[in-house]
Amino acid sequence: MFGVGVPFFLASFITLVGALAAATMRNLVHCALSLTVAFGGLALLYLQLGAQFAGFAQILVYIGAVAILVVFAILLTRGVGTSLIHVYARKWGLGLVIAAGVFALLGWALVTSLPGAQAVAEPEVSMLEIGRALMSTYVLPLEIVAVLLTVSLIGAVIVAMPEGKTKEDGR
Amino acid sequence: MMNPAGYIQQADQIFVTLQHWVAGFFPLWLQPLVGIAIAVVGIVATFPACFAIAVLLERKGLGRIQNRLGPNRVGPFGILQPIADAIKSLTKEDIVPLSADGVVHFLAPVVLVVVTFLGFAVLPVGRNMVLLNMDAGLFFFFAIGASTELSIFMAGWSSRNKYSLLGAMRAVAQMISYEVPLLLSSVVVVMITGSLSTVKIVEAQGGFTGIFPHWYVFTPWGFLGFVLFTVAALAETNRSPFDLPEGESELVAGYFTEYSGFKFALFFLGEYLGMLSISGFAITLFLGGWGAPLSFLTFIPSWGWFFLKLLGGIGFYIWLRGTMPRLRQDQLMNFAWKFVLPMALLNLVVAGAWRFMGEGWPRWVIATAVLGGAYVLLGRTLMRRQKIGPRSYRYAE
Repeated sequence: MFGVGVPFFLASFITLVGALAAATMRNLVHCALSLTVAFGGLALLYLQLGAQFAGFAQILVYIGAVAILVVFAILLTRGVGTSLIHVYARKWGLGLVIAAGVFALLGWALVTSLPGAQAVAEPEVSMLEIGRALMSTYVLPLEIVAVLLTVSLIGAVIVAMPEGKTKEDGR
Repeated sequence: MMNPAGYIQQADQIFVTLQHWVAGFFPLWLQPLVGIAIAVVGIVATFPACFAIAVLLERKGLGRIQNRLGPNRVGPFGILQPIADAIKSLTKEDIVPLSADGVVHFLAPVVLVVVTFLGFAVLPVGRNMVLLNMDAGLFFFFAIGASTELSIFMAGWSSRNKYSLLGAMRAVAQMISYEVPLLLSSVVVVMITGSLSTVKIVEAQGGFTGIFPHWYVFTPWGFLGFVLFTVAALAETNRSPFDLPEGESELVAGYFTEYSGFKFALFFLGEYLGMLSISGFAITLFLGGWGAPLSFLTFIPSWGWFFLKLLGGIGFYIWLRGTMPRLRQDQLMNFAWKFVLPMALLNLVVAGAWRFMGEGWPRWVIATAVLGGAYVLLGRTLMRRQKIGPRSYRYAE
């Protein structure tokens, strides 16, 4: 079917099960961990498609950083570990509409970008080429992202700084 | 009859020959699979053996440093102690706290050990001795290393114990903070080599000038990179002096307080495997991988050199643990963000300049002067700002 094999279905299965569990489990930390499983499944999918860079970047950024961020955010709020009563927000209909809209947009973008019926030669993308492209063709977007991240880092430091001078005894 | 050079080469490739020999017994279509399986078995057997040796060395070495004998009852000079430890941990009762989150509590050590083992897949332990020669080998290692944090969090959170949770939070905060300098300090090697493949990085450090090798540690940026990498690696593996997450005197055992029996042993194994793999990568990146340190010592097989260097790395870790006091949380963070990170960033610039300054002595002088000056300046400013005295707390009083 579409020239995909068992690894593809395995990776998709892991991703879908993880995502479903993240949406339906009652304990927030369990949801976060299930979401990590979905991230891992996506990384497998990228690797299965031969995109080493995207796959490892997915693991490094999403499992290594985003999942930790989610977990920290959950632990810093109240009600950790207790099952929440209102797992589903009252406006779930609105959420459904937004989700369907996003899905439709992405699907439309994907379908319109398909390069016709004839098979295109698979581009061989090595890490070296990605690095070269990032440092030459796409250097401006890269720099903009870097500046944005630096600004957010400085912003975080400013937010975390103690207001005004504290007294000598530190109270 | 074979000449000595032939024997040397045979000894160098003995494991590769063995792998091909065993794979030769299988049908042709199975051979690649069998080859991989043999390599995996090799990794899974070798590194836990190194773990046993490291634990014994650590207990003996720490004993010596603290002026006592260390384990000396099991076997001659206590060298069979790891076997006794293994049997003990296998036969102990596995206690899971009543309020613990069973599934997550069970998965945490499993995930940790599996993920740590994955890191060895791209580690070249000798000439032609790497399981996966990946284009993105180093990137793979860092991606894998980043996912151990989650297993530590899982362990701490699922135990439902305040010490575990505190230890896990400390561990995660520390590992995230030191992951940045760990990555940045190894980027210099990638910049100079022009590849993320671990095999190519080792090959780029091959060759000798006179009797001295071309290791990256013998360049100004490489030396600084190696020092920063070592510091960050100590913090990543939660080793002394960065062992706050499991500080015995304050947190019992940190995130694995509530683990017993074999699960505790798995955490122990995971920690030491992490130590071995990160030392292995420090060796690969800066210390020439499996290359010999002097040109007339090439008769020792490449894998021999790798494991000798690994032994040296472990010895260094043990020495540090025996001699350094534990850092405080604020010192830990200040050191990471105000000293290690700026130095790593500056090192990137210096390595880039080094690349384009061409051969000759000027680049040595300039690079050394810039890095040395920055080290002195940053150190001075840090020390001047340092208020030594009781710490003041903003919210905790």
